[in-house]
Amino acid sequence: MPGSRSDARRLGDRAAEGYETPPSEHDPYAHDPYAHDPHAHDPYEHDPCEHTPYEHDPYDLAVIGAGPAGLAGAVTAAELGLSVALLDSAPQPGGQFYRHPAPATHATRPEALHHDWPVFTDLRDRLRTGDVTCLFDHHVWTVTREAENDWTIHALTADPGPGPGEEQRSTRVRARAVLLATGSYERQLPFPGWTLPGVVGAGGAQAMLKSGLVLPGRRVIVAGSGPLLLAVAGSLVTAGAEVPELLEASSYFGYARHPRALATQPHKLTEGAHHAKALLRHRVRPRTRHAVTEAHGKDRVEAVTVSRLDHEWRPIPGTERRIDCDALAVGHGLIPQIDLATGLGCATRRTPDGTHALALSPLQETSLRGLWSAGETSGVGGAQHALGEGELAALAVASRLTGRRPAPRSRLRSLRRRRDRMNAFADAMAVTHAPGEGWTRWLSDDTDVCRCEEVPADRIREAITEYGARDARSVKLLTRAGMGWCQGRVCGWAVSCLSSPPCATAPPEAPPSTAPDRRPLATPVPLGVLANLTTPERQPPTTPHPPDLPPHHPTEGQPS
Amino acid sequence: MKPTELVGASPGPTFTITFDGRQLDALPGQSIAAVLWSAGVLTWRTTRGGRQPRGAFCGIGQCYDCLATVNGRPNRRACLVTARPGDTVTTQEGSGHAGFEK
Ligand code: FES
Repeated sequence: MPGSRSDARRLGDRAAEGYETPPSEHDPYAHDPYAHDPHAHDPYEHDPCEHTPYEHDPYDLAVIGAGPAGLAGAVTAAELGLSVALLDSAPQPGGQFYRHPAPATHATRPEALHHDWPVFTDLRDRLRTGDVTCLFDHHVWTVTREAENDWTIHALTADPGPGPGEEQRSTRVRARAVLLATGSYERQLPFPGWTLPGVVGAGGAQAMLKSGLVLPGRRVIVAGSGPLLLAVAGSLVTAGAEVPELLEASSYFGYARHPRALATQPHKLTEGAHHAKALLRHRVRPRTRHAVTEAHGKDRVEAVTVSRLDHEWRPIPGTERRIDCDALAVGHGLIPQIDLATGLGCATRRTPDGTHALALSPLQETSLRGLWSAGETSGVGGAQHALGEGELAALAVASRLTGRRPAPRSRLRSLRRRRDRMNAFADAMAVTHAPGEGWTRWLSDDTDVCRCEEVPADRIREAITEYGARDARSVKLLTRAGMGWCQGRVCGWAVSCLSSPPCATAPPEAPPSTAPDRRPLATPVPLGVLANLTTPERQPPTTPHPPDLPPHHPTEGQPS
Repeated sequence: MKPTELVGASPGPTFTITFDGRQLDALPGQSIAAVLWSAGVLTWRTTRGGRQPRGAFCGIGQCYDCLATVNGRPNRRACLVTARPGDTVTTQEGSGHAGFEK
């Protein structure tokens, strides 16, 4: 790709080995961004590297996602001697869990909104000293396999810049193996009024607070289900918001049914205690089996209706209360973000709360040889879980590529043991907070289920009862639900619940299947980028051909 | 306690961007969505079908609810775009291409 430039920023002192690298003082991560002179660099200045990584030999490993799993995987692999490229759409490492203010804000106490911050700073330091090429601000839109041990990662740079000719640029990175660590996004259940400004994702409120240092309002109700709510409410009150209600639709008793899984997770207990302390100090007490069943307001949320739920999450008539607020942070757990892998036909499994996660080998490899995965993509289990899986995957990749046994083997064994215990805990957590079937009762006919295309619940029900749709795909074709900008990431789960109940629970022992939710492109791609693709010469894959290797669909580049 | 105080962010030097002609203070490194939220602005788009108000929802680039017109360019995800001095943000109506259709 002549003329194409990338923002390759090679960290650490091995920069001179083969790559032209900008002077390190221009790299916000070459020094501790929280300690150095605020005027030492221009935060708006990018560090263009004249080479596109594609023109170089393939990396040993490309890691997609710089959250806990991706960071642990990248630094471990680099320390084992592999050459590693790390790609992330954010301008700095951390992912959603370790999301933090940009260096330009000169935050001196970024740890104030984090549990376990030193774990992150340790990874960040190892990233600097290791042989890792960091490609931040890169949105990966597809991954292709040219041959065994020859993968191409296609990415777009994030920011077109302020001027006219400053378009997004496309980049390709070649690697012998790929580690997918793309994490998860929030599961949303619609309710009347949920499209009002001021109603925000619980994770969204957390993300905006951690990186943007802002709150959606002063009086913020937190509602939904899952342990993330405790963390969100804890950070909101710590940052000065009032949280008049913290509503959990499930009950915490589910955990009591899994005493073993709980007992092996001291870390989860201290994390829980950390949030509980903040909540107690501000007198916030979670109310279980309650949900926000309607949001009120004209141009923004002004109040919500809270209802008590039965054990199936059906609102109990007569229990409604109206509570004033100026924001609502809501979310019902997390959904693994696996579209890059399902686009390649990787096998998935149903988690106990009904989401699709990647089905992996005991050493974190997907059903496609050479494509590995770690973190929430294999089932939502939290940061500790992700860190362990990332490390384990890196050991496995190194052993595959070098043909040597990972040393020491005891490290591998203990990581596997820890991962298995955490999987058990993750399953207990998923069961405990799985949405009950009764939530659809709080939808009114005109509640928009699909936010992008503005498709209300009655149109979806009509597609099912009048036109005979039996699954989310037919509903989508009949109603356009899930065909907008977000490509069903927000409404997909709700639409499939409405299309084919029961939604929440699938037998965990069900055989791995190919996920129904496929997106040929993981992020919108300008048609010009697709048209300009100069495809490298392909060699036929030497291992069984992956089903449905995504062709480049120019017509699907930009959702309408 | 404000979030900026909590993490010890230094307040200056702030700069301004404009939103529908209004001057808003921005902290270096903040996204456009964060700048709007800190000014109490939650809405910067109306939907194509129902002309309904929208702003940031997911905060991480997944939902596309936060689309805004930035420096004349529509459909930018405000939660992902870092604010720069002098940026002009305008409420995006519908698909954002109203002015281009003639
Ligand atoms: S708030 Fe969802 S994409 Fe910006």
